[in-house]
Amino acid sequence: MTSMTLGSGATAIDLKHVKVFYSDKLAVDDVSIPIYKNKITAFIGPSGCGKSTVLRAINRMNDLIPGARVEGEINYHGKNLYGKEVDPVEVRRRIGMVFQKPNPFPKSIYDNVAYGPRLLGVTDKRTLDEIVERSIKGSFLWDEVKGDLKKSGLALSGGQQQRLCIARTIAIEPDVILMDEPCSALDPIATQAIEELMKELVKSYTIVIVTHNMQQAQRVSDFTAFYSIRKAEETGGQERRWGVLGEFAPTEQLFSNPKSEETERYIRGEFG
Amino acid sequence: MATMSTARERVKDEAKFTAGLRNRHLRGQIWMRFFQAAILLGLLALITLMFNVVNRVYGLTAVRDAVPVSTFSDRPLEELNASELAGILVAQLPSGGRVLVRDSLIGQENYNNNREAPLSQLIQGVTLPDDVGALTLAQLQPENTQVIFENAFTPEDMRLTIITDIVGREVLESWTWSESLFNRAAIDEKVASTADWEGAQLEWRSWLNFSFLTSRMTTVASESGVRAALLGSLLTIFLTVVVAFPLGVGTAIYLQEYSTGDHWFERLIETNIRNLAGVPSIIYGLLGLAIFVRALEGITQGRTIISAALTMALLILPVIIINAQEALRAVPPSIREASFGLGATKWQTVFRSVLPAAMPGILTGTILGMSRAIGETAPLIVIGASTFIANDPTLASRFTVLPIQIYNWTKDPREGFSEIAAATIVLLLIVLLLFNATAIILRQRFRRSLSA
Ligand SMILES: Nc1ncnc2c1ncn2[C@@H]1O[C@H](COP(=O)(O)OP(=O)(O)OP(=O)(O)O)[C@@H](O)[C@H]1O
Ligand SMILES: [Mg+2]
Repeated sequence: MTSMTLGSGATAIDLKHVKVFYSDKLAVDDVSIPIYKNKITAFIGPSGCGKSTVLRAINRMNDLIPGARVEGEINYHGKNLYGKEVDPVEVRRRIGMVFQKPNPFPKSIYDNVAYGPRLLGVTDKRTLDEIVERSIKGSFLWDEVKGDLKKSGLALSGGQQQRLCIARTIAIEPDVILMDEPCSALDPIATQAIEELMKELVKSYTIVIVTHNMQQAQRVSDFTAFYSIRKAEETGGQERRWGVLGEFAPTEQLFSNPKSEETERYIRGEFG
Repeated sequence: MATMSTARERVKDEAKFTAGLRNRHLRGQIWMRFFQAAILLGLLALITLMFNVVNRVYGLTAVRDAVPVSTFSDRPLEELNASELAGILVAQLPSGGRVLVRDSLIGQENYNNNREAPLSQLIQGVTLPDDVGALTLAQLQPENTQVIFENAFTPEDMRLTIITDIVGREVLESWTWSESLFNRAAIDEKVASTADWEGAQLEWRSWLNFSFLTSRMTTVASESGVRAALLGSLLTIFLTVVVAFPLGVGTAIYLQEYSTGDHWFERLIETNIRNLAGVPSIIYGLLGLAIFVRALEGITQGRTIISAALTMALLILPVIIINAQEALRAVPPSIREASFGLGATKWQTVFRSVLPAAMPGILTGTILGMSRAIGETAPLIVIGASTFIANDPTLASRFTVLPIQIYNWTKDPREGFSEIAAATIVLLLIVLLLFNATAIILRQRFRRSLSA
């Protein structure tokens, strides 16, 4: 674990006063955090507090949801990702994503990993072979599948599928990898494999991970952002809920010495 | 009003549970029997139908030759070569076959323009010896017609002409397979005793045979074939699918993937496509007649296979679009997310992930459309399919197809024609089965490449 303190090190991404709306309904209010380069940042918080929403805002996946809108700035290399001239396709090529449920394409293992490079126009068989092998090795899946890359990606186990999805993501050499609860569908052994993989990947990539598992956040992450829920009574007795950033700190500090009582209650498992 | 505790007691009541369980199983059993009976009924109807058709395809037939082959040839026609067949035509036809030459020229443009022109100009695509080619029709002598026949006709054509024009073969009556088996005595009796059936020959005959598939249509049922209709059907279906598949899948992709469905115009299109699937096919025929046969005659050449296929394409477009849309909608969103997440553009996502995953469903829709198109008759009657096509059709020629031929032959009162109609029905079913089998294999191939 790192002993780094807030403010040092280079930032890869800077979120400034980010608000996300779904059809004009506020989902997350005013999030400002840095994502440090070559570090693992964990998002924790109760269900519905907007962890996935913020994560998806970072690589503009929310653009795909009709009615979703982002306010504020998300700066990447000093450039606002929501600026007018920015193409979301380019954003997603640099900021890759691994989803909660493993979602390999219904194609062979090889074609799954080669999908991204092919999108970029790589057609040369030798180059593709090399990328596929390096990516699958990079996600520690090589020994299990090397004999049969023609096999369908769907024929793998859940944990293998998730590592295939990670291989697929690193095949396009992104800068940042966003992972939304990548281990929630996996058993402890597969989880351990992914965690070790993350520690390896962070040497060359910046990683953001959403997790419900406090131990996991403590085990793997360098920084942790805790989100919580605010509620307000609407006229008509209806309740309005939205997520806010509760606390952001180096993981060790946040877990050992949380600043707010809300954070402390949550990490001790006494929340709601 | 049940209080909380009595409601719980009711749920936990063991005696009622046991009695009720028997009842629940029984109800299930009754429904299952009902479903089985429904299937049985359906099977029975299908078997009856198939029997009825197949029964007519095979059986005894009484045939009579007005002038038996043996009166002019000591060998059967199948063994004779071209010049011998031509010799028979010249010797047996009145006027030494000149009328036959003229008849086969009637309707051709060159002949209509100048009937006095030398034959080398009238008969196109055939090289005649110079002395014969220089003659006009009126100057033809029997030895000249012999040369013309040998050069211009195939032995198969000559054999058919001999049978229809010289032998005068006639189907007197044909019996179904069941009649032939169980009523043989009465049939023999009838053939022997009917006064003007002198010289009739009784034979077992399968109306669906290889030469039925490969020969041209003639006016004699026993010699007629469906070659032109079979080719017409295959060409029409081929062109229909070539036109309707890309158009239909393209429309479905637009409506499902690009259109948001918010605009009133997009909603109007969607609703209309759904309604079009239910429009009676004869309406499409009227549309095809107005647009393809009349308005676009310059392109389609009128009542041709092109017009027919375009009309059929319109007819099956809604089926393909609706099924393709359904298939696209069924592709899980996670696949799209994965693709976008890797930096794919909209088009790349659709083309590389969504479309392949939807392909099995899209093919199913296309099979449905194809099956419908191959059996459709009404719109083709409206746009003017021909009843009698002797030559092989091309895309821009007048045409007939299998269902049209079934329709024509079924209402033909002459003996033997309802039998060849039955044979054509069986053929149509076989073609349909082959198409579906091919498409299913294709679909499985796709599906296997998609899943484990
Ligand atoms: N596509 C959507 N359309 C409308 N509202 C949405 C959509 N996705 C999420 N929301 C709302 O936004 C809020 C935050 O959701 P989000 O999925 O980000 O929570 P989360 O913190 O990831 O929860 P969990 O831990 O259960 O995954 C929720 O109130 C949710 O109802
Ligand atoms: Mg989530």
